Amino acid sequence: MRRKVFAVDDSRTMRAMLEATLHAAGFDVALAEDGQDGLDRIDRVAPDLVITDLNMPRLDGFGFIEGVRARERHRGLPILVLTTESGAALKMRAREVGATGWIVKPFDDAKLVAAINRLVA
Amino acid sequence: MDDLRNGFFQECDELFEGLVEGLNALDEGRGSRETINAMFRAVHSIKGGAGAFKLDQLVSFAHAFETALDDIRLGKVAADAPVVALLFTASDHLSDLVEAARRGRDRGREADPDRASAVLRALKALSGGEGDASGDPTTAQSAVVAEFEAIKLDLGLDDPAVFAGAGHPAGAGGDGADRTGRFRIQFRAYRDLFETGNDPALLFRALGELGALSVRVDDSAVAPLGQFDWCEPVLNWTLDLVAKPGVAEDRLREVFEFVEEVCSFEIKRIPAAQSLSGQAETADLCAMLPGHSVGDAGGRTPPVAEPDLGDGAVSGNERAVCETTCGATTCGETVGQASAPADEGQIIGAVSAPPVSECAPLDGKGHTIRVDLQRVDRLINLVGELVISESMLSQSMGALPVSSTAEIDIAMGQLKQLSGMLQESVMAIRAQPVRGLFQRMSRILRESARQAGKSARLVTQGEATEVDKTVTERLVEPLTHMIRNAVDHGLEDADTRRARGKTERGTITLTAAHRSGRVVITLSDDGGGIDRDKVRAMAVEKGLIAPLETLSRSESDNLLFLSGFSTAGEVSNLSGRGVGMDVVRAEIQSLGGRVTLASVAGEGTTVTISLPLTLAVMEGMIVQTAGETIVVPATVLRETVLASEAVVHEVMNGDSVLQMRDGLVPIVDLGRALGYSAETGPLAAQSLLLIEDDAGNRTALAVDRMIDQREVVIKGLEQNFGQVPGIAAATILGDGRIALIVDIEQLLALPGSIAPPEVLQNAEARGARHV
Repeated sequence: MRRKVFAVDDSRTMRAMLEATLHAAGFDVALAEDGQDGLDRIDRVAPDLVITDLNMPRLDGFGFIEGVRARERHRGLPILVLTTESGAALKMRAREVGATGWIVKPFDDAKLVAAINRLVA
Repeated sequence: MDDLRNGFFQECDELFEGLVEGLNALDEGRGSRETINAMFRAVHSIKGGAGAFKLDQLVSFAHAFETALDDIRLGKVAADAPVVALLFTASDHLSDLVEAARRGRDRGREADPDRASAVLRALKALSGGEGDASGDPTTAQSAVVAEFEAIKLDLGLDDPAVFAGAGHPAGAGGDGADRTGRFRIQFRAYRDLFETGNDPALLFRALGELGALSVRVDDSAVAPLGQFDWCEPVLNWTLDLVAKPGVAEDRLREVFEFVEEVCSFEIKRIPAAQSLSGQAETADLCAMLPGHSVGDAGGRTPPVAEPDLGDGAVSGNERAVCETTCGATTCGETVGQASAPADEGQIIGAVSAPPVSECAPLDGKGHTIRVDLQRVDRLINLVGELVISESMLSQSMGALPVSSTAEIDIAMGQLKQLSGMLQESVMAIRAQPVRGLFQRMSRILRESARQAGKSARLVTQGEATEVDKTVTERLVEPLTHMIRNAVDHGLEDADTRRARGKTERGTITLTAAHRSGRVVITLSDDGGGIDRDKVRAMAVEKGLIAPLETLSRSESDNLLFLSGFSTAGEVSNLSGRGVGMDVVRAEIQSLGGRVTLASVAGEGTTVTISLPLTLAVMEGMIVQTAGETIVVPATVLRETVLASEAVVHEVMNGDSVLQMRDGLVPIVDLGRALGYSAETGPLAAQSLLLIEDDAGNRTALAVDRMIDQREVVIKGLEQNFGQVPGIAAATILGDGRIALIVDIEQLLALPGSIAPPEVLQNAEARGARHV
């Protein structure tokens, strides 16, 4: 069964890259362009995993994750944070709001897919 | 991949717009926290994309830039004038790097290494000394790379216990004596592990892919069913892994990468001699883990089993363990078989996966698509042809004996309306806001101001005004000229400005607006205005005007547009402008536009450009002259008069002038001017089109007959015929015939087009002004 990944990133390039990579790895992909957009659509998209950027307009990644976790049905949803910031503080903050893990940009396709596979059955 | 790459560069363009907008806001003191945030995101996105395409130079510079912005964002650095100036420079440099990368030169040497390192150093200095990269871009790059890689090492290295007696990497497949790594992992999940979407079963599966794994669980802490707290993990696992050759401990740690703070785990290397206890007993249990297989160590490879919890083959005890494991996975939602089935909500992990439906369609809010320009142009062309066919049809219909109430006539009316709307909508696709153009100008301004040693700012208005893409592209050069002129010759130096009671910093204002079907762009400076005496002296010296000729203010100011009025070397001491203004005028005219200039001494100069909204269609007056059908652009048309009803004075050689309310206007026979006939037609039977150019010069065009004023589709001639003097383009009329569109200004400048000796002197001046 194909798994669906919901990628939330304000960079069009990054969305396109994620989409291409994930498609190639056999995932269905849905996209959102910022945290608010992501939060508005996540229920309908019903993803198996979320990848989100942190730095986004309107609603950033932290707010997005908090919003997702606040919804009962998404409490166990794996959420990967995609960030160029590898700083421990950011990771800690992401973890506090409920992030499952993180991917550092620029990401290695194989590692990204491996990480996702580690989180969805 | 190329598509992605192109998409990235397109996105960069947009990001730069946002960046420059933010910089301008900061510069004008109206920057907010969100301004900096947005700028940070723009640079950040550029860095992210650049990283994906391995544009290292770009990444390293964007990183330094981003760090500086971050410091401003965090309030560590104040965004004062010098800092904003530095950010502008950085933005320009970043833009250059993107441009270089676009042309595939990221790895090559930089065009201007000195500037690169200077900017980089300045950014670093801003961010409090050395930061994480030195002034040398290449070192900076490796520093960044190192930073990116650092994450792999950030895996509990700070926990010395982990490595105690573990014989760290040496044995990980290197020394032959212990080619296969044996590890024992103690694992206990914290509650947070489940609340952040992680799942022990999936971790174990990932471990299982690294070798032969056996799993044992200590369920002694599991409370009786009645007192069970579903949300509190109580199981302790012991996992033994016989790693595949080449699998080092790091790989194991990687599996726990995301959970290190939300579980306790300990990895220990076990000497080869020591057997892994409990292996056989736990093999069955291992098989319960999705995707797991027991490799050579177990001596057999059971098929990969889905975690079917209802499988009766699983013995009671093991089953309970597994249920608990999996149940904990979805703490608070579904707890395996033991809890009531959760009929709603998402169930994650090995227990069951939610049905994957088709991707939900994207919302329609403000989404854009990117389309190849060629496709749009083809569409515009086709619609143009459609409009022509429609008008041909309508014309043929007119010849038929059909009543105006007939259905076919009503349908024709609708078709006409629809095709008109279609054309308008299609044209709108090519329309672009001038924002990007204006932002490019702000950079030009900064650079010219720096070169001229003056201080200037650009104020823009009406950035949202939409103009045909080609128009915005072709305006770059003329506007660049104009800005440079404004800075070089318009703005006074700081001392003079102070003496005149002005702010030291000059202001150049660039505006755009739609006005009666045209786009009007103005560029004004608050400089000293044009020194008319100097301009006049210069024009006389160059023989462009007679020494005694009287010129109106506007005529005098527009002398600057004459070609050969000045060259760069000569204007340097002229406090007006003039460099390349003839070039500016030529370019604007080739776009079907007009340019005029107005100046107030001591207060500044304004150049006004008026352009058609599109280059694809224009409003034209269709006339007949000497048996030919010609289109006269309606933009220059002021009035039409029947010669029989006008006061016409005959002058020598059979030429005439038209008596207007406020003076005499030379009459030019269009057929003759275009060379269709040697003689002028019988004037009394002709119509006169009064035309006026930007400088206010009027001419009456004599034609045999006016047919209609309507929109015509412009078809370029240059590709097939080259430049034809006096002809701007061609069009296809409703009846399918081709008609030429005249270029009035060029036509009147042709030798012999205005012959009357009485107005010769006038004509010379006019001719000169038209050039």
